[in-house]
Amino acid sequence: MSLLQIHNLSLAIHDTEVLKEVSLTIEPGQIVAVTGESGSGKSMTALAVMQLLPGGARTSGSITLDGQEVLELAEPQMCALRGASVGMVFQEPMTALNPVRTIGDQVMETILIHKAMPRVQAEERAREVLTRVGLPPDRFPLGRYPHELSGGQRQRVVIAMAIALRPKLLIADEPTTALDVTTQAQILDLLKGLVTEYGVGLLMITHDLAVVADLADRIVVMRYGEVVETGPTRRLLTDMKHPYTKMLFEASDHQVNLPPTPDPAPLLTVDKVVRDYRLARTRLFAKPGHARAVDHVSFTLNRGERLGLVGESGCGKSTLTRAILGLEEAQSGQILLDGQPVFTGHRPNPDVRRKMQVVFQDPFGSFNPRHRVDRLITEPFHLLDTPPKGAERRDRVAEMLTAVGLSPDDARKYIHEFSGGQRQRIAIARALIIRPELILFDEAVSALDVSVRAQILDLLAELCEAYDLTYLFISHDLSVVRTITDRVLVMQAGRIVEQGVTGQVFDSPQHAYTKALITAAPRLPDLGRGVA
Amino acid sequence: MLRYALKRLLSLILSLAVASLVIFAVIEVAPGDPASFMLGVNAQPDTLAALRAELGLDVSKPQRYLAWVGGMLTGDFGTSYTYRTPVSDMIADRLWVSLPLSLYALTLSTAIAFPAGIYAAARRGKPGDVAVMGATQLGVAVPNFWFAMMLVLIFAINLRWFNAGGFAGWEGGLWTGLHSLTLPAIALALPQAAILARVMRSALLDILGEDFMRTARAKGLSRRQALWRHGVRNALIPVLTIIGLQFSFLLAGSIIIEQVFYLPGLGRLVFQAISSRDLIVVESVVMLLVFAVITVNFLVDLAYAAVDPRLRSRT
Repeated sequence: MSLLQIHNLSLAIHDTEVLKEVSLTIEPGQIVAVTGESGSGKSMTALAVMQLLPGGARTSGSITLDGQEVLELAEPQMCALRGASVGMVFQEPMTALNPVRTIGDQVMETILIHKAMPRVQAEERAREVLTRVGLPPDRFPLGRYPHELSGGQRQRVVIAMAIALRPKLLIADEPTTALDVTTQAQILDLLKGLVTEYGVGLLMITHDLAVVADLADRIVVMRYGEVVETGPTRRLLTDMKHPYTKMLFEASDHQVNLPPTPDPAPLLTVDKVVRDYRLARTRLFAKPGHARAVDHVSFTLNRGERLGLVGESGCGKSTLTRAILGLEEAQSGQILLDGQPVFTGHRPNPDVRRKMQVVFQDPFGSFNPRHRVDRLITEPFHLLDTPPKGAERRDRVAEMLTAVGLSPDDARKYIHEFSGGQRQRIAIARALIIRPELILFDEAVSALDVSVRAQILDLLAELCEAYDLTYLFISHDLSVVRTITDRVLVMQAGRIVEQGVTGQVFDSPQHAYTKALITAAPRLPDLGRGVA
Repeated sequence: MLRYALKRLLSLILSLAVASLVIFAVIEVAPGDPASFMLGVNAQPDTLAALRAELGLDVSKPQRYLAWVGGMLTGDFGTSYTYRTPVSDMIADRLWVSLPLSLYALTLSTAIAFPAGIYAAARRGKPGDVAVMGATQLGVAVPNFWFAMMLVLIFAINLRWFNAGGFAGWEGGLWTGLHSLTLPAIALALPQAAILARVMRSALLDILGEDFMRTARAKGLSRRQALWRHGVRNALIPVLTIIGLQFSFLLAGSIIIEQVFYLPGLGRLVFQAISSRDLIVVESVVMLLVFAVITVNFLVDLAYAAVDPRLRSRT
């Protein structure tokens, strides 16, 4: 008998169909990955097993866990099941823990709520599982609060809570999506270890095929609430049947062809830039300490060149980006665009500012929802001395919308009428409209689904051809940087530790940190590429 | 935690110093000489001078400021211009009414608001929630003196459970004192409870949407257990802010209710002192209220830190 058997599970929330006859099975000690893009219903499948669905949900079909029909259990019985027979790990470790309770308290709660053992033993068990997940109590006492831990450490606490009662089934919903690649590799190792050690079944929800390929025994591919293809990992990857699977696979490792770069002529020169942040005083009259976010960074970006900047969170990428944009002044060093300084006398230089634009990560938060698209994308016009008006303005808007693959008619719409990918196109149109000499892409494709990401990357390649773009592409995603840039900088703890031609840096990294990054990044096996 | 408390304490002392300067300056620029006011328009110049000397009005302003502050620090608030009695005695009498009344009202308002807010949040959108929200809407909208009059009509005039007004004093025991403060405390508490319940509900609803509440449910906590164990404490932070503001308001702002119930409270004292230009009383009471407000804020700051560990370690 299988550990978990989902058979013809259908789910509707109010009147919207979310899942259609989903079936899958998990055996003890097996890792089954459910993958697909946003809206495919993969998270809802997981929540259905936990019966933690949003209000208005109606289910039909069957979910049997260890011989028990989950859909027929009453809420108190479900409470007894959750945490004891099934543990769950979520995507956002930063917010998954209660900020006002200690980690020991929260791990022990899983045990105590099920009255599995008395308090003293529960505390002992909490120490034991925290040690197992890599947080030994001598370095991470039970009295620590979540805010004293990093994202990766918090995710370990969440895992410790989920496995404290040795459940038979562990559900992990995008457990590493919010983490850096090296942390991701550690957490994946930990999950894999738990599966072999305790013989639990693992239901892993992820959008990242590369993570799946390394880890799972079986893969279930979902789209629009339906299972489109399923099979053992190796077989599925070598012999994809469904066009959607093929498309996903291709899009995950999407390659674009960039036009050749012109002869090197410096556009942006960053010279020994230092940016410190003041820390809080440790004592009332103590001198405040400083944290160096950017430490003597120097590089040159040539006109027509596409430069990548990679590194993990906290390495100083964003601080450097803000310094280049002139949003914050560097304490020392110089940033020149086309020979002119970004800051003149502690003020941002408007002549430089109008030559730069930026595209941010979040396609949902970076637009004013009450403005129409034409107003949104003409915002950079205020940087110009004589902004275009009337028919000229309309023509520019139409041209830009067409250039990013939208229609000129979209100009009078509001932003909520667009999908995430379309919004990112609008963001690019906004950046391009004043024909800046330099565009900064700050994690600009990180929030997008793989198929949408592939389209945006294609769009960038087209725009490079049409508008001779020069850009700095900041990302933690190595596979994207690899295809969309000519040269790459690797940043660690505020310093550039390695730089060079993208292909060379990735194929033969010189610095130990670059090597670690590239080893940690999950890679898709080559075997499927011929098929796609 | 200790460092945090010391830092807040330092800020409390600085705020008090600044407040005393501002109050002194404002009272000083107010037109009208208390001595000539007391003696009337026909006063002889030498009598006036003598009175000014007696009241300490003949020295320089900085000297008077220092004398005032120094006096307050030693418990000497000066002598009332009008009544010729020590201001400290007058304030103490009134404080014995106003402070218990505020605490009583605050206790009532919290005791009503917490269960109502939590109940409504736990039943969001259901009839129970709608009923509680409707009641609080009414509580916010209706002025407290109207409540006061209704209470008098029902409980004092018809049912004769309470007196319609006046304060029995504490000499007859705690019960007698509290009994005569009950109707005013309820009248003060109802609108405050309505506001607080709404704040509690919305704070809790925000928390219910947090990821860690889902984590708690995934651990096997029931909806109710998750609400109590993880929701309420996190929701306390905005609620504490409102409680602090409400206490300050109740202490100083109950003048209308004091009038309705003929209570000898601080509000009426200030009102009388202003009408008779008894500036020393005004100064002292205002300073006392400032002191109370700042102290309450200090206590609220400490309560924040007790609730939220992130505040403790940040400083």
